[in-house]
Amino acid sequence: MDEIAIIGVGMHPWGKWGRNFVEYGTSAAHEALAEAGVDWTDVGFVSGAVTVRCGYPGYVAGSSFARALGFNGSQVASTYAACASGASAMQVARGQILSGATDVALVVGADTTPKGFLAPNEGERPDDMDWLRFRLVGATNPVYFGLNARRRMDLYGATQEDFARVKVKNSRHSVHNRRARFTKEYSIDDVLNSPIVSDPLHLLDICTTSDGGAAVVLASMDYARASGHCDPVRVAGISTVLPTYPDTVIDLPYLATDSAAATAEPERGFKQSIGDQVYSEAGLGPDDIDVAEVYDLSSALELDWYEQLGFCSEGEAEGLVRDAVTAIGGRLPVNPSGGLGAFGEAVPAQALAQVCELTWQLRGQAGERQVHNARVGISANQGLFGHGSSVLVRR
Amino acid sequence: MLTVTGTVACRCLGSGSRIRIPRWSSGTRAAARERVGVSKTQVPAVEGLFTMDNEMPHLIGGKVPGRESYFFPKHLAGGDPAVSGPVELETVKLSRNGYVWSYTTSHYPPPPPFIVGTEPYRPITIAAVKLPREQLVVLGQCVLGVTPDDLEIGTEMELVLDTLYSDDEHDYMVWKWSPVNLPAPQTGAGIRSDIETTTDQVTRRL
Repeated sequence: MDEIAIIGVGMHPWGKWGRNFVEYGTSAAHEALAEAGVDWTDVGFVSGAVTVRCGYPGYVAGSSFARALGFNGSQVASTYAACASGASAMQVARGQILSGATDVALVVGADTTPKGFLAPNEGERPDDMDWLRFRLVGATNPVYFGLNARRRMDLYGATQEDFARVKVKNSRHSVHNRRARFTKEYSIDDVLNSPIVSDPLHLLDICTTSDGGAAVVLASMDYARASGHCDPVRVAGISTVLPTYPDTVIDLPYLATDSAAATAEPERGFKQSIGDQVYSEAGLGPDDIDVAEVYDLSSALELDWYEQLGFCSEGEAEGLVRDAVTAIGGRLPVNPSGGLGAFGEAVPAQALAQVCELTWQLRGQAGERQVHNARVGISANQGLFGHGSSVLVRR
Repeated sequence: MLTVTGTVACRCLGSGSRIRIPRWSSGTRAAARERVGVSKTQVPAVEGLFTMDNEMPHLIGGKVPGRESYFFPKHLAGGDPAVSGPVELETVKLSRNGYVWSYTTSHYPPPPPFIVGTEPYRPITIAAVKLPREQLVVLGQCVLGVTPDDLEIGTEMELVLDTLYSDDEHDYMVWKWSPVNLPAPQTGAGIRSDIETTTDQVTRRL
């Protein structure tokens, strides 16, 4: 797969600001464009990652951000893929660049998220799986996180202390990130003394919901070089894969998995296939990765990603966090930004925020949370209803 | 026959009944009410997902004709990519028994559209249960009183009907999972006086 360049990134700090999401996205876009040295009027394509929470689906996001920057007559697309929205918006922009339709694209996502559980829209909607799981089972998002964590305990001998170690590690990373919402360092006892939300997970094992915005300026390699970016961070793979039938791991928002009675489950599960796609596009593998940003909706889910992305075998992830392999200073730091535990979910911005962090890491601009000599980074995340999300970047 | 909607007479716990009622189930309260003549009409919380059969409830699934591909719920079924062209799914009753795939709780009341059935809210236990014949995993609440300590991966579970929430006239019913081998009763706790324990039930506990 041909590569494209990341020539600018920007991020509005995560928090609970309570302002219009367009502000966060526009702020991030201005920062990314300034860093890229690209005039807004030279952007040929705007790719907006959409939220569903801010009125008319994110005011159909791409155009709202473009309007706030001043309509420039460029092409636009808006993408909603839940937590995978940012990667999907990058996927659309990459297609435009590699097809030659445009040389430079702005990808932007932002959200203002209500406090508490994410929940479906109002009304009686029994034809909506997301509505059914809440009404009939009370299956909130943390319920699915709890199911995952419990299996790790019963199958692999994971403990609640192991999950807490993930939170402790990421909180140490976040201390050095001024854009994170939470920058306090937590102890294992802090986590274990916080209330249980969905057994076996404690409140501090589970990420919160936040406001935030992130933006990335993508360009063709020729455009990047011509505009003075001689050695840019390059996008070597983007994965927005679907599951392969039958998907046998219960995942939100479903009430049931596919049936494996007629067709045996595929050799590689959905989450494994998300990473497989970017490794394949990049011609790289897990051993090449120097740094990763993965979706720690819960601390236990971060451990799951270690295995799904091939950093270790199944059931060995707890060992990596116990041995500090995935802490900054370890062999393969994961979530040097602090992860979702420090940021909280701002859904359409999240996959882009991962790419921002990887870009800073690969440029050596991450300050006190810098991963030594990071050359290859991978992000991973997943949007509900079956949207894979991963980006592989290299220097 | 699939009885999906409508009023269903509460006939649990009749003399000589072989039906096992989960010892914590609020469905037993409906039965108790009927015996003193304060019956409410049982209606499904959402129509078409399960049979309204208090004795032998089933989830209603979809199945690809001539192929062991099952879906639940049927009205939101996915497709089987091995089958080309449009498919009219058969309506089938899914197995009533399965084995725990994983389990968790919701310690805080879920937001709407969940309706809190008991005030104050009591944490609910939720199980994902794998049906051996269909090879699919189905979520459901466990009957009241079951905690994670009662479960492990592989615990055999049985589908029962229970009240999700009520108003003045109706009990809104839903499927729930109940452990097949109920734990031995604790002295002074757990067993309600209005539950009749059948010989069969006692045997199965042992």
